[in-house]
Amino acid sequence: MKNRKTGYVPTKEPVTFASKALEFAKNNTVPLMFILICAVCIPLSGFSINYLLSEIVTRISRNSFLILSLLIPIMAGMGLNFGMTLGAMAGEIGLILVSDWQIWGIPGMILAMIISVPISVGLGIMCGKIMNMAKGREMITGYIMNYFVNGIYQLIVLYAMGAIIPIIHSSIILPRGYGIRNTVSLLSMRQSLDNLIAIRISGIKIPVMTFVVIALLCLFIVWFRKTKLGQDMRAVGQDMEVARAAGINVEKTRIISIVISTVLAGFGMIIYLQNMGNLSTYTAHSQIGMFCIAALLVGGASVDRATIGNVFLGVTLFHLMFIVAPSAGTTLMGDSMIGEYFRVFVSYAVITFALVMYETKKRRASSLAGRALAEAQKASGEAEK
Amino acid sequence: MTELVKSSGNPLMDSIRSFARSFGLPRLIIAGFLLLLFIMAPFVGANFFTQLSNTLNRFSWNAILVLSMVPMIHSGCGLNFGLPLGIIAGLLGGTIAIELGITGAASFWMAILLATPFAVVFGIVYGFLLNKIKGGEMMIATYVGFSIVSFMCIMWLLLPYSSPNMIWGYAGKGLRTTISLEGYYIGALANFLQINIGHLSVPTGSLIFFAVMAFFMWAFLHTKTGTAMTAVGSNAEFARSAGINIDRTRMLSVVMSTWLGAVGILVYEQGFGFIQLYMAPFNMALPAVSAILIGGATVNKASITNVIIGTFLFQGIVTMTPTVMNSMIHMDMSEVIRVIASNGMIIYALTRKSEVTR
Amino acid sequence: MDNKKVPLLEMKNVSKSFMANQVLQDINFKLNAGEVLGLVGENGAGKSTLMKILFGMGVIKDTGGYGGDVLINGQKVVFDSPFDALRAGIGMVHQEFSLIPGFTATENIVLNREPQKANVISQVFGERLDTLDRKKMNSIADSSIDKLGVHIDKDMVVNRMPVGHKQFTEIARELSKDNMKILILDEPTAVLTEKEAEALLASIRGMASRGIAVIFITHRLQEILAVCDKVLVMRDGIIVKETPAADTNVSEITKWMVGRSVESGVKAVKAESAASSGNVIMSIKRLWVDMPGETVRDVSLDVYDGEILGIGGLAGQGKLGIPNGVMGLYEAGGTVEFDGQKIDLNNPRKCLDSRLAFVSEDRRGVGLLLDESLEWNISFPAMQIQNKFLKNYLGGMIKWRDDKAIEEVTKKYIDSLQIRCMSSRQKARELSGGNQQKVCLAKAFALEPRFLFVSEPTRGIDVGAKSLVLDALKKFNRENHVTVVMISSELEELRFTCDRIAIVSGGKISGILPASASSEDFGHLMVSNVR
Repeated sequence: MKNRKTGYVPTKEPVTFASKALEFAKNNTVPLMFILICAVCIPLSGFSINYLLSEIVTRISRNSFLILSLLIPIMAGMGLNFGMTLGAMAGEIGLILVSDWQIWGIPGMILAMIISVPISVGLGIMCGKIMNMAKGREMITGYIMNYFVNGIYQLIVLYAMGAIIPIIHSSIILPRGYGIRNTVSLLSMRQSLDNLIAIRISGIKIPVMTFVVIALLCLFIVWFRKTKLGQDMRAVGQDMEVARAAGINVEKTRIISIVISTVLAGFGMIIYLQNMGNLSTYTAHSQIGMFCIAALLVGGASVDRATIGNVFLGVTLFHLMFIVAPSAGTTLMGDSMIGEYFRVFVSYAVITFALVMYETKKRRASSLAGRALAEAQKASGEAEK
Repeated sequence: MTELVKSSGNPLMDSIRSFARSFGLPRLIIAGFLLLLFIMAPFVGANFFTQLSNTLNRFSWNAILVLSMVPMIHSGCGLNFGLPLGIIAGLLGGTIAIELGITGAASFWMAILLATPFAVVFGIVYGFLLNKIKGGEMMIATYVGFSIVSFMCIMWLLLPYSSPNMIWGYAGKGLRTTISLEGYYIGALANFLQINIGHLSVPTGSLIFFAVMAFFMWAFLHTKTGTAMTAVGSNAEFARSAGINIDRTRMLSVVMSTWLGAVGILVYEQGFGFIQLYMAPFNMALPAVSAILIGGATVNKASITNVIIGTFLFQGIVTMTPTVMNSMIHMDMSEVIRVIASNGMIIYALTRKSEVTR
Repeated sequence: MDNKKVPLLEMKNVSKSFMANQVLQDINFKLNAGEVLGLVGENGAGKSTLMKILFGMGVIKDTGGYGGDVLINGQKVVFDSPFDALRAGIGMVHQEFSLIPGFTATENIVLNREPQKANVISQVFGERLDTLDRKKMNSIADSSIDKLGVHIDKDMVVNRMPVGHKQFTEIARELSKDNMKILILDEPTAVLTEKEAEALLASIRGMASRGIAVIFITHRLQEILAVCDKVLVMRDGIIVKETPAADTNVSEITKWMVGRSVESGVKAVKAESAASSGNVIMSIKRLWVDMPGETVRDVSLDVYDGEILGIGGLAGQGKLGIPNGVMGLYEAGGTVEFDGQKIDLNNPRKCLDSRLAFVSEDRRGVGLLLDESLEWNISFPAMQIQNKFLKNYLGGMIKWRDDKAIEEVTKKYIDSLQIRCMSSRQKARELSGGNQQKVCLAKAFALEPRFLFVSEPTRGIDVGAKSLVLDALKKFNRENHVTVVMISSELEELRFTCDRIAIVSGGKISGILPASASSEDFGHLMVSNVR
């Protein structure tokens, strides 16, 4: 129905500075809100600017890759890929195996990435196929997929590893003889990428190599948008039926977008964990999707539109809030837990808000078109009388 | 598959097959698995009646939470992933009742009474929101639930509770993560007319309470308003053309679901014996959702039978797998199996084509 | 082969039926390169089915294919999908836009045919990773816009374009295909302003001069005369006339479009329906309705007590918008008085309370609860609006559904309307189209209305069910003294059933005639202010 050829012409409203500013504020509610929160919390937290800067740099280098993995499914119209956690799990499996084989440092990371690829691709294809069966409900389906695949992950890591998949080292395996311990130390891999080329500027460590990798991914995404496949994804994302009529294989294109996202999330998780230096086997991935999505949304992205700029703005603002909230909470309320809970609340609230905005915008767009049409008819009807 | 189903000389086989088809394969597997567990139980040394009692008990704790899915499914709001909202209302009711110093079984009824206004207000606000975003309910419901849970985490710390049974001893303020209901409404329903024969123990009171609630729900669905609610869920345009106010009907269903969620958590607590605050309500929605789906509900159709069968199967698996599996292979895989089965069930329901009519 | 003798496109004895319903029969025509063929006919005359066959649409194959042969350059062709047709050089601009809203005109013109440049990565991972050649894309767009001869901004994003430009973008897309030989335009001018329409006509001539054959479907007959070489008039699935455009005129074409000699049935009705009292029961003034695709612009209409009023007109002219607007299903404005009382628009409940009822044309979307029993379908509105089939307990506090009464009333209508079903508990989804329509009627009858809107009551149902439905309506009108307004695309059906017939054109009533008026007169009204 939406493509019905009606006589509707978009009306042009006069553009003034005030209306422009209002429009800007309306379109960027979330980032503006976050800047406000940070502006209030930073002085309250009492952290030095240097400390904050070095923390932010660390977190940008740690998280950006993961968040960037969300961009491609958004382009393909599949919304926020809650299923990115699947890739994170694949990355973790790679890391577990690599640390058992005692391959450390950069070679270890690369090998872990190589191992994660087939797993990510498999999971991505499964996830994409299921999402194709649940069109219009991709997000909730991806979200439940997390839990489902998490069950399978546990089955493999907690029961199959050591029992079926050989695991040798007792530092990794549970004393009972099978299953992986709650934490796997990645000490010999810790920050090996970050430290490959690291420079210090007034005490702030800048992991140049990590940023190079992130920059390469950004370049890849920019380049990808210019490829035929990228163009097809944009087409599919905007109107599946038209794309199909033009001969684009809609289902396959959607699956590919999820596969790419899953693979990238796997790499991202490995980069994330090398920075952390240890792997919480059963919990590391459980919140990662939520935090990445929240960060992206904080950067001003929406369910159907996200840019690389959104990623970096988002990761900065979101983590700034994350760093300062607990101590600001302590100063304000005398309880650090309040700050902790507050930042969790804000993460969820941001996602809720973005989802609500997206859904209402969809609705408003259609009803507005209708109203404008009615007005036009009324006006012309009166003119003719 | 469908072609095969049609042809078979044996009418009995035919009816079994058509039953299997209408029942759904995943459901059949789960039911078969549970049956297997019950059969296996005596061989691995578990007492059948103990197992049955456990299952019945857990059924009585959870059944109303599962029942709370029904109104929203009927009105087309989908699976209520926003169940934590109702749970928060229930938690508020429970904690306030204790704060007021009401003890014994009376505190249970008081808790329901106190939870009701919260549930109604939450339900109205939540319903208003869901009416604005028709079609995107489930994802938003999930995050509305999460948001309120994390918001209440702050509130549990800040609200001026003072009952020494509930607050942190050392800080003198802020509610504890787990509050014992000893002396309050522990077993308020379960101990009523409890039957104990050997290893078998039946929480009669809880079951009666569920039966009453389920009866009211059944009755409601047979009234004029209930019929309208079902029609709204079945085809909203049809209902609108028949003069039904869709938004108001959906709102009513959301309020009902939220209130049942509140009552549900109180019933759960009286059986379990503790109030769990902070992040605990987080993980209550998914089991309830998958239970009703296992019982045969779809995204827009659900009946009381679905609730009963689903809760029984789900809780049966939850209680039986640890014991049976443990003794059989000396591995506690029950948690993993439960996670895979229940979430697999939700995915299965989400990918069913027939529901996507609007 | 001698190209002058072999036509570019030829159809030989083409026929098509849906189930038992013959919609096309014995279609024969030829089209040469550089010719413009005008295809006209009422709705349901078979134009779109014919074009679907030519364009290889999936529906045709799914419903059992077609009879006869389609020949291109003298070769028999069978298209399994539109892509086959595209490869053979057939392009079609559909009535619905087929554009990606966030893409520029250029991107849409070359959609999925983008020129590409290979690179290292695409050598390894396959050609979908080729980068797009923006320069070539632009030059293709430029040249096809040139061919079109109408200026559009190739860098403008589609959803910012005025409607006309969207239309031109779509045509430009077809023109950009190198092997384009036959272009089908399905009502391309319907959304254009007068100037744009003129530009399009000029552009069609331009295409023809470059050797492209154009099939031009429109309701605006003047355009046909202005641009076409040949006119093909269809009616009831056959070609009734093929003539050079130069030899004919609007009124002749109109006559061929609607002309039939079924006068007998009309008279029979006339005699019976003297019941009309001459009192105005519903008065509609200056109604506008925002129903997508069926916009009502300015309708004023009086309906007399006890009559059957027909509303006819071509598709998309707004006849369906009238009942949907009055009954509050689509946003509407203006005034409607029923029995001297003003009726609130945009409020279905108020209309139903005033004992108006509506049988929607959208049977599956609005008319039925497909997943519920017939009992529910038939009794639901009456239960909700008039508290029928309810048992009251506790002094009316509890309104309990009376399943027995519901079953009784359902059985009554199953008998009286001869609804073919297994039981009254069967789900509505499982019934055939005709029986579903009867359920919709039963639902309205159960409301015991004083006034009934029936929209497209015979759409998509077989002949037997058709006459049953129409008879039931007439009987309902006569025996219960209910005023009926029936909206239908089929003029003959209206003339058979109704006392008076109003024709809607361009969102307005272009005239009201007695059912006995000549087909020609109706035809003139239908095309009078088509827009």
